[in-house]
Amino acid sequence: MGFEKFGIMSYTKETKVEDFVKHLEDGRIMGTRCKKCGTIIFPPRADCAKCLSSDIEWTPLSGRGKLITHTTAHFAPAGFEAPYTLALAELGEGVRVFTRICKDDEKDKLKIGMYVQLVTKRLGDERITYELKKI
Amino acid sequence: MHSKVAVVGVGQTTFTRSCGISIRELCFEAFREAIDDARNLSTEDIDGSIICSAPEYDKQRSPAGLITEYLGLNPKPTFLAEAICASSSVGARIAWSFIRSGLHKIVAVIGFQKMSELTSAESQERMLRGGDIMWESPFGSMMPAYYAMFARAHMNEYGTTEEQLAKIKVKSGMYSMMNPKAMYQKETTVEKIMNSKIVASPLKVFDCCANADGASCIILASEEVAEKISDTPVWITGLGLASAPLSLASRKTVSSLSCAVEARKQAYKMAGLKARDVDVAEVHDCFTIAEIMAYEDLGFCKRGEGGKLIDNEETYIGGKIPVNVDGGLLSKGHPVGATGGSQIRTIVQQLRGEAGKTQVADAETGLVHNIGGIGLYGSIMIFRR
Repeated sequence: MGFEKFGIMSYTKETKVEDFVKHLEDGRIMGTRCKKCGTIIFPPRADCAKCLSSDIEWTPLSGRGKLITHTTAHFAPAGFEAPYTLALAELGEGVRVFTRICKDDEKDKLKIGMYVQLVTKRLGDERITYELKKI
Repeated sequence: MHSKVAVVGVGQTTFTRSCGISIRELCFEAFREAIDDARNLSTEDIDGSIICSAPEYDKQRSPAGLITEYLGLNPKPTFLAEAICASSSVGARIAWSFIRSGLHKIVAVIGFQKMSELTSAESQERMLRGGDIMWESPFGSMMPAYYAMFARAHMNEYGTTEEQLAKIKVKSGMYSMMNPKAMYQKETTVEKIMNSKIVASPLKVFDCCANADGASCIILASEEVAEKISDTPVWITGLGLASAPLSLASRKTVSSLSCAVEARKQAYKMAGLKARDVDVAEVHDCFTIAEIMAYEDLGFCKRGEGGKLIDNEETYIGGKIPVNVDGGLLSKGHPVGATGGSQIRTIVQQLRGEAGKTQVADAETGLVHNIGGIGLYGSIMIFRR
């Protein structure tokens, strides 16, 4: 339990990586690292697909990255309110993140390749998420 | 000696916004048409069936039981095959394996979807869960948004334009006028498409295919019986099937579908051919950008030149490689589980020379490119007359 607080709407309650949410609440965005083969994994996983090890530790991410692609949704699935901007970014650690762009940056012209920072964001009802900000 | 496998019968219902009948009746119409399409075949000859559907749209639990009962296919074996939008291509692959193994001789692959049972918001919610529910759905991801992100990346990388995307839909609209089974039989213009409402930038309403109700049926048979059943068997000569990460964050590229590239390699190798040997193709144009990516993923043009291919009308009849001359998903409608079977039907008719006004002259080799979801399953099949 605990992971259901993640994102605007969650479909997952239980996961071996639910401590991710606790870290987010403390202002840290963490990935996992396989202690056996050293692979840095994000979004975090408890099990390494490369060497099948579950000997995993938390590792902080810089959160700094580049925008790979984006879209502004003008229609939304049930439970969401359009418009909002979704984006994919590649972080310095070589991992990618799919999330929203922060509302303030949404109105500006976004450019693929621009630098972005992944930051934590508190939502109502004790929910928490991360989003991308222009830097 | 392994038997070759042929398609001996094809059928589909008209794809509509709302069919007004039950799923069993929908499947019956496609099945009867496929049986009638074969020269000499009756229900008792079918020794197995594969029912294909994306079950999140179904009220009926385990619909294979219900549908085979209504079609009179009991007690022959049946089960459900699911690969979202690629369900019936995957069903056809399983049927091919059943026949090649000698376990079965004649197998019916029946795909269906009655998407009108859900409201648009409900079906968007289902599609939302088509992304990674732990790491992507929580942000409001949905099908058009993912393909919009592919489009944006493709435009940035290769200079593809919104006008080029619109031209895909213009072609689709034009050919749909000649397909009585298409949901929209309507011509359109670049201007109309460019002025339609934005769904997920840069994709607009007319860049997107629509939910539909419909069923398809294809009947596959072994070489030893195919020629007795059909005067014009169409042979499956190449198969490719591949997967890619569900989450966008785990993909290495977002301007191409790696599952399609991988499946293409397998299928071309098995059939012993190259892209230029394909005479007519059906590709999975769930969005206009998907058709542009398919041109490149299949090798119909160089990487990044998909936009140019449509500019030069090379994918029209008379061009280098006619694509989706039945209107494609964009105009036919996309009843998820039925789509692969409908694509196969179009290619079979082309190779038999039965495609009427949209016949590609002397078509000998055809290709079907059918994609599941946001590019997680890619199926490519090659057919020869």
